[in-house]
Amino acid sequence: MSGPVLDISDLHVALGGRSPRPLLRGVSLAIAPGEVRGLVGESGAGKSMIARAVFGMLPGGARITRGRIAFAGRDLGTMPVAERRALLGAQIALIPQDPMTSLNPVKRIGDQIGTLLRLKLGLDRTARRETAVALLADVAIRDPRRVVELYPHELSGGMRQRILIAMAFAASPRLVIADEPTTALDVTVQRQILRLIHDLQHRLGSAVLFVTHNFGLVAKLCQRVTVLYAGRVVEEGATAALLAEPRAAYTRALLAATPRLDRPAEALAPLPRTLTDTLVAEARAYDAANPAAYR
Amino acid sequence: MPEIVAAGAGGPTRPDERRRERVRIDARAVAGGVIVFIVLAAALLAPWLAPHDPLEQDLLSTQLPPSWTDGGDPTFFFGTDSLGRDILSRLIYAAQIAVIVALVAATLACLIGTLLGLAAGFLRGWVDQLVSRLIDVWMSFPPVLLSIVLAAVVGAGLGSVILAIVVVDWTRFARVVRSEVMLQRQLDYVAAARVTGMSRGATLFREILPNVLPLLGTLLTAEMGIAVIVEAILSFVGLSVSTDTPTWGGMIAEGRQAIYQIPWLLALPIGAIIATVLGFNLLGDGLRASFDPVQRR
Repeated sequence: MSGPVLDISDLHVALGGRSPRPLLRGVSLAIAPGEVRGLVGESGAGKSMIARAVFGMLPGGARITRGRIAFAGRDLGTMPVAERRALLGAQIALIPQDPMTSLNPVKRIGDQIGTLLRLKLGLDRTARRETAVALLADVAIRDPRRVVELYPHELSGGMRQRILIAMAFAASPRLVIADEPTTALDVTVQRQILRLIHDLQHRLGSAVLFVTHNFGLVAKLCQRVTVLYAGRVVEEGATAALLAEPRAAYTRALLAATPRLDRPAEALAPLPRTLTDTLVAEARAYDAANPAAYR
Repeated sequence: MPEIVAAGAGGPTRPDERRRERVRIDARAVAGGVIVFIVLAAALLAPWLAPHDPLEQDLLSTQLPPSWTDGGDPTFFFGTDSLGRDILSRLIYAAQIAVIVALVAATLACLIGTLLGLAAGFLRGWVDQLVSRLIDVWMSFPPVLLSIVLAAVVGAGLGSVILAIVVVDWTRFARVVRSEVMLQRQLDYVAAARVTGMSRGATLFREILPNVLPLLGTLLTAEMGIAVIVEAILSFVGLSVSTDTPTWGGMIAEGRQAIYQIPWLLALPIGAIIATVLGFNLLGDGLRASFDPVQRR
């Protein structure tokens, strides 16, 4: 296989201009074609910031100050806007976190899928209809001919997430970023959704960047894991090895703080304060040593 | 990974209770639609509906009461005014001015206000600053007074009435659209559209605008009602069309002078205005309730 499908190197993102607040501190991350990569970290570690940076949708005031994001060897930051737009939604797709708000409330499901198919695959009207129905059938939606006529509010959260997954995989993307795709869902449908992502990923050979804070999901789904803290990569490795023998103290502590069926509840340990303090201090020291990285 | 879970669990919500695509028209929409239809029909068919020429004076039969009261003349259904003109015919003809002003002025105000509101709410930054400050300054003028001053400066006439309403009332649309766009653009479906590589313009007009439209429909019909009122005020103070064209406001002004002799001359155009405004408002609310997929749930 050729080089990585997504290659993030030395990515720095900062918020604000005069005294910038670092959000990402030199993150490097390379995903091979077809690989499923877990991206784990606490809230605020910068997981979603990485996803947003790939899509060029950093929140207001935040910007990339150093580093590059390359897709299949091409720098997303320097490529012409039109080309980048053509890639998004087709080659690089997103499964959003909250299915309840990620579909346009005043448009029928079929029309929303249709817009995507027209923009990304250039299908005509009848082909769009048929493809939309086929895509829905693909994500195990019963009676897809009826569902394309419905509005989002007429569907359950699990159904909507299936639709969003169908849309993400519609153009056989080479990279799918799944931003905590099951967080907003009932636990009972989580497994089905994960199964669906896994199957489609397998069939189409897409690489998946799976953003989550759930080690259980990572263990099941991902070949490799990247652990993030305070905007820095703490540890990266093959899932089985990393879970069995975490090298970084932070990963060990994080795993100890994760409830497991095969361990008594007393084994749960909160993250030691001294550890996180050390990590934050390290991050601050890095910022102080590299002020130019955030300008 | 675990075994494949049975497909379609959590599937279509209650397949037996299919809510087929049948739009249930709200009762308000029907009531408002009927009223607006009557006013529109009166305006369009005035030459055929009106029993008399609205300008024809009959100085032998002035200030006649309505036909069903004592001393009423059956040829003058609502009686006559101080110059012996048929009140019913004048009411019908006056609907023409009201309808033209309502449709044209409200539509123009809507277009201008919506464009500025969309730009301010979506682009933010200096565009928003500019539009918002403009709205603030605008709204610090008493609106009717501003219309009167404008009509006085530009001169009387149908065009200046419309201009006065548009210039004053675009803020109504701009404000509401701006805040609605700001609200909508925070929602994930906008981000979802953007991550599929949709341009900013397409996102605004194809994703966000459809979500603002139901609100805009309500606002537009409400504005039509307001335009009718403002037109009546301007013609009441004599700043609208020339006095030989019947208007409801003009009739109220005439009725005011003869309020003790023929109070119905005052009451009838007021009633017409109230009914028309009510009709537009009901229609707007009803249409929204009927067609907004979000409200319909």
